[in-house]
Amino acid sequence: MDINDFRSLITVLGLLCFLGICAWAYSKHAKAGFDEAARLPLSDDDLPAPRGRQDQEGKTNG
Amino acid sequence: MQSQATYNYKVVRQFAIMTVVWGIVGMLVGVIAAAQLVWPELNVHEFLHFGRLRPLHTNAVIFAFGGCALFATSYYVVQRTCHTRLFAPGLAAFTFWGWQLVIVLAAITLPLGYTSSKEYAELEWPIDILIAIVWVSYAVVFFGTIAKRKVSHIYVANWFFGAFILTVALLHIVNSAAIPVSLTSMKSYSAYAGVQDAMIQWWYGHNAVGFFLTAGFLGMMYYFVPKQADRPVYSYRLSVVHFWALIFTYMWAGPHHLHYTALPDWTQSVGMVFSLILLAPSWGGMINGVLTLSGAWHKLRTDPILKFLITSLSFYGMSTFEGPMMSIKTVNALSHYTDWTVGHVHSGALGWVAMISIGSVYFLLPRLYGRSEMYSIKLINAHFWIATIGIVLYIASMWISGVMQGLMWRATNPDGTLTYSFVESVKASYPFWTIRFIGGAMFLGGMLIMFYNMVKTIAGQKAYDAPVLAPAAAHA
Repeated sequence: MDINDFRSLITVLGLLCFLGICAWAYSKHAKAGFDEAARLPLSDDDLPAPRGRQDQEGKTNG
Repeated sequence: MQSQATYNYKVVRQFAIMTVVWGIVGMLVGVIAAAQLVWPELNVHEFLHFGRLRPLHTNAVIFAFGGCALFATSYYVVQRTCHTRLFAPGLAAFTFWGWQLVIVLAAITLPLGYTSSKEYAELEWPIDILIAIVWVSYAVVFFGTIAKRKVSHIYVANWFFGAFILTVALLHIVNSAAIPVSLTSMKSYSAYAGVQDAMIQWWYGHNAVGFFLTAGFLGMMYYFVPKQADRPVYSYRLSVVHFWALIFTYMWAGPHHLHYTALPDWTQSVGMVFSLILLAPSWGGMINGVLTLSGAWHKLRTDPILKFLITSLSFYGMSTFEGPMMSIKTVNALSHYTDWTVGHVHSGALGWVAMISIGSVYFLLPRLYGRSEMYSIKLINAHFWIATIGIVLYIASMWISGVMQGLMWRATNPDGTLTYSFVESVKASYPFWTIRFIGGAMFLGGMLIMFYNMVKTIAGQKAYDAPVLAPAAAHA
């Protein structure tokens, strides 16, 4: 196989791979997992106690 | 469990503070360079000449200001979303001091005239080796933290940060390959020759924009916009497609920097087509970020941090529309080598990169010092408006002078001679360069307000390290 055929093949495979990812991302199967993942940063309480700094350990639970 | 363990906030604090410091330094050098164009007598010494200050400005704002912002946010986000302490804290400290050393070496060698002459990769070979070592350490710390995460899913922001770290390592190492004149000399020659050297340089250059200045900052967007708006990202599935679309297309766009050069014509066309395709993922991501606010638009009225974040996305949308348009060969024939390019870069750099970094640092600083908010919300608001007006002055003046320069350079008389000499276009540009100087100075003024606000926020506070929290049951 000519090296350029190989390069064309890789390009086409790249496109197919991307279309596959799109189909997977928009499948019903992935939805529940994504909804949960989207909440990941929000379910993590990163604010220190409202009246400024507590002690060095900070809060022990969210 | 592990109620005594705390996140490694120290390295985040160090990088966050240096983001503001280097932002002021880098933008000050930019303002001086802008003033030198208006008042050439300001080119007082060879060390402080425009030709040497200009690369110092670009390196300082991209790698010192932008780089510190990326280190700070990625170290914060990866710990919080993985619910685990940073991997290899010693190595993380090394990335901080190593990166600061790189910046100081750049600030010394560039004015002295040591340069590889590759744009955005001007630093000479010994510094390049140090950058490579620091960057590989960064990758070890970041991916090591991902590997020991306490949640099963890797949050999308980490995908963007991860892609940025991997790609920049690849770009830097390949493009910086050079042969030193001798081991005791700073001078080196590129490992590539002729048009290949040019193509590799702009493969690097454009992907520095795509991965250093875009993917990393999109990582910030996917974390700080949802956090500040207190809403999940508009569409998580779109964020997945957004990520892979960027990864699959960005690498091909570099040739648009070499339109009408010795680069083969087909390569230029491929670069143009992929640049046009890039509009889709760019706008998909921008829309995803902006629509995260749907149902919470009222927060924009009262929250200046959210203003910074959302305005940055508007500028991102603007410059990623402008970029593909400028990559069209016929448009490029007018815009290339003019101030239009400078305006485009700054709509991306000030509007998108700087504003999302500033918003993210305002988010981080109080949390890193055990406070619930910055010292003054009013000053954040003042910073926002002075910065926004500064950007608008900057971009609008560069658009006008850029198009004017392009039209003057291509104008011909009926007998085929040029209508204008080059110096006539320089003379016509002065008013716009003055407006640009004012716009840049305003943006710098905003950074000084931020510095004051930061000092007042930190003053009297002890450094705070938040406890490592167990992930919510659903994510474990």
